[in-house]
Amino acid sequence: MAERKPVPGITKESTEKLIRETLAEMPAKAAKKRAPHLGANEPSASPCAVKSNKKVVPGVMSQRGCAYAGAKGVVWGPIRDMVHVSHGPVGCGVYSWGTRRNLMQGIPGVTSFPMDFTSDFQERDIVYGGDKKLEKLLQEADELFPLNKGMSILSECPVGLIGDDINAVAKKMESELGKLVVPCNCEGFRGVSQSLGHHISNDSIRDHIIGKFEFREPVGPYDIALIGDYNIGGDVWAAKPILEEIGLNVKSVWTGDGEVEKIGATHQVKLNLIHCYRSMNYMCKVMEEKWGIPWLEYNFFGPTKIEESLRAIAALFDETIQEKAELVIAKYKPMMQAVLDEYKPRLEGKTAMLFVGGLRPRHTIGAYEDLGIQITGAGYEFAHQDDYDRTAPEMAKGTLIYDDVSEFELEKFVEELRPDLVGSGIKEKYVFQKSGIPFRQMHSWDYSGPYHGYEGFKIFARDIDMAINSPTWKLVKAPF
Amino acid sequence: MSAEAAKKFVTETPVEEIERVKEWINTEEYKEKNFAREALVVNPAHACQPLGAQMVATAFDGCLPFVHGSQGCASYFRSTFSRHFREPAAATCDAMTEDGAVFGGQNNLFEGLENAYALYKPKMLAVYTTCMPEVIGDDLTAFIRNAKQNGHVPEELPIPYSNTPSFNGTHIHGYDAMLKAILENLTEGKSIEGKCTGKLNLIPGFDGNTGNVREYKRIFEEMEIPYTVLADTSEVFDSVCDGTYRLYAGGTKLEDAAESINGKATISLQKYSTLTTMKFIEEQYTGEKMTLPMPFGIKKTDEFLMKLSELFGKPIPATLKAERGRAVDALTDAHQYLHGKKFAVFGDPDYLFGIVSFLLEMGAIPYHILCSRTNKKFEKEMKALLAASPFGATSKIYINKDLWHMRSLLVTDPVDGMIGDTHGKWAARDAKVPLFRIGFPIIDRVNLHRSPVVGYQGAVNMLTMIANKFLDIKDETCEDQWFEMMR
Repeated sequence: MAERKPVPGITKESTEKLIRETLAEMPAKAAKKRAPHLGANEPSASPCAVKSNKKVVPGVMSQRGCAYAGAKGVVWGPIRDMVHVSHGPVGCGVYSWGTRRNLMQGIPGVTSFPMDFTSDFQERDIVYGGDKKLEKLLQEADELFPLNKGMSILSECPVGLIGDDINAVAKKMESELGKLVVPCNCEGFRGVSQSLGHHISNDSIRDHIIGKFEFREPVGPYDIALIGDYNIGGDVWAAKPILEEIGLNVKSVWTGDGEVEKIGATHQVKLNLIHCYRSMNYMCKVMEEKWGIPWLEYNFFGPTKIEESLRAIAALFDETIQEKAELVIAKYKPMMQAVLDEYKPRLEGKTAMLFVGGLRPRHTIGAYEDLGIQITGAGYEFAHQDDYDRTAPEMAKGTLIYDDVSEFELEKFVEELRPDLVGSGIKEKYVFQKSGIPFRQMHSWDYSGPYHGYEGFKIFARDIDMAINSPTWKLVKAPF
Repeated sequence: MSAEAAKKFVTETPVEEIERVKEWINTEEYKEKNFAREALVVNPAHACQPLGAQMVATAFDGCLPFVHGSQGCASYFRSTFSRHFREPAAATCDAMTEDGAVFGGQNNLFEGLENAYALYKPKMLAVYTTCMPEVIGDDLTAFIRNAKQNGHVPEELPIPYSNTPSFNGTHIHGYDAMLKAILENLTEGKSIEGKCTGKLNLIPGFDGNTGNVREYKRIFEEMEIPYTVLADTSEVFDSVCDGTYRLYAGGTKLEDAAESINGKATISLQKYSTLTTMKFIEEQYTGEKMTLPMPFGIKKTDEFLMKLSELFGKPIPATLKAERGRAVDALTDAHQYLHGKKFAVFGDPDYLFGIVSFLLEMGAIPYHILCSRTNKKFEKEMKALLAASPFGATSKIYINKDLWHMRSLLVTDPVDGMIGDTHGKWAARDAKVPLFRIGFPIIDRVNLHRSPVVGYQGAVNMLTMIANKFLDIKDETCEDQWFEMMR
């Protein structure tokens, strides 16, 4: 891959100076802990310069969530035909109810369950334990929502601390109800971020779901699964048709708009295509080892990456697929050119800084670049070394890399680099908008989307243009 | 099911079965089953204590909210406030993990306080807890004393703290606990025998409507009553966009809060979210102390103004009287669009009293009244409020029920509209009735937190929202021959 052209005004030295100055304002102990997480990008470096997946430094104002958030919010919540029980006090379930935008089909409360099921722990449950309540609750849920295809039990902090045994309850209830009942020990205090919640959830899928089902129809040579696409703002619905257009059969999706039995039959597919590597690489590796299913990362943000990905995917199949992939690429070229013709003139030469979860900073860079926008800083809430290694080549030399960035640091960085856009989350959004800096939420697509695929790029381009070029920014400074 | 168990095929639920269940969940039979639930809670309309604590902490000028416990909780609270207010919601956390569970959270707290103080230079750090330290029994009194003794933070920095376990009470109780802790801390040693600041202390309670707080302040200014709002969310959760981000964008000044103990009068406008705070104030503060209902609608606003007038010996100014007159004009003009209309209402206890009294005043029927976590006392008081009006005769009160119960009520015993926060939108959609968004959180509409629902202006705002929506529905759904110019 060709190295990115340097960003005017940004060098390794200028970035390292900015990092030094920022760290100098922090208490010595905190600065020492934070220093390895900040760095100037070296595109060819391996491994990447920054450390990651370490504990949050207390008090610095991290943007991270917890293992429960990674389990319930990310992996389980999007499976539409299961009842997902937030087991513990009321808050976790309420805050994560409908706040991720993992859209789903079905009839709510009948065949899909985009709701908040909780055991709403009270003091007595802490004192006497919640196992009995959990049993009863699962019975009640199955009776009131009979078309559910299974239930997940997602532990909140107290459950692990008081020594409840949700695994035993799940086992008992699974045989009693004759349905999948999957325990997931994803207490919020486990690990250092959402990331461990993903991993624990992957393990639960491995132990309780995968291999339990088979597709009724015979296995075909073009059967594939989409892994780690959570259908945020309808992304799956924009990605799946492209793959079908090149002749592949998408048999199951993990887990956006997902169906649990199809997830359980995924061991029958011929290829796993993984979108969010961070949250689901574990199961791709399990399926590879146990069933010999190859897997491939793909990226459907922006025409450049879509074309690259389609060719890479097609290369794993025969000529029919390869020909169709070329036809599809050719078919959408004029549409993509029209999008670029409309928006690129207004966006060329702009800069953006990104801070998102574990995937999107590196995956969306191509889409920004298609629009002529350069990325001057990027980082992740909960990424690991392998994510940063995949990021370094996508960024220009000397640009800023920040892991688990604190509000203090990010404010300093943005103040110094003055990007034309910041793409991050809801907690960061208004901080920068108050400063008059255009912003798009990059976890939730800011209540828009899809951003995936050809259809999504049209919307992405419109949204980025709208954010950067909104006339409202010109009103920020009063004339008096 | 063991891994070796016989494999099953992927199944499709038959269409007839889907249709059957779809019908069934709308039946009386289902409602009975639904109400017989003992363990499962579905779509609750309440959140947990620390959320309320954070709202109070944010509302003091220069105060940085500090979560002692799991990092994820802090992010959930911040996100919730930012989604509702569309504002920054700073709060930091000492990010306890497994080792904290084993050894306790003191080291996390030390390091967290030290870093938070150094980086964000707060005038006060308000500490509140999540489930985790509550379950393991962390001793905040000792931890914070030790943090100061060991030099992690200056001795003189106020660090009020409250225990806010999520497995007890709701967000309104966390509001209460944190407010009491902050006032206790700031007023310590400030009481001066015989001193009176002449000021009113106004406690708005847990309120996601910054417009309400501005409305209270405007009324006090109209009446020339000096005041301190404890605690004032109106600036910090409705801050200016002028090119500068302010971490501390306003709120109750710490010195004003400290002086509040020598006030002339203290009024809480939310009984249920200030019980322990008011008990403390009863014992420690000078002047008159009282809890009044939130001034929803004309009569409750009248009572509020008359009480202010009485307490401060100030006449109710002609401007407010004229405002009342205009509001009553609006209510009488539009009464026909609300009279006899049935509503389902859910929310926090004090908001419910307010909304119900406004509806009764309009001749509307607050038909299903649901509070998802409260007590018998609430039920008794609500009964008394309903008994005072013929429009309350058919009302039913449901306590400790959730929004899935509410759905059953809406589909078996229909109403014309629903009033509550955004979480009601699923039930309202299933019942094909409009949801009027009053309460917290509102995360799917813009600017409603800026539009007051209290005072005379609030009554006009609610009426306008409700009546015009009913008229919109009529225009959008009526057959052509009934579509007409005037409504």
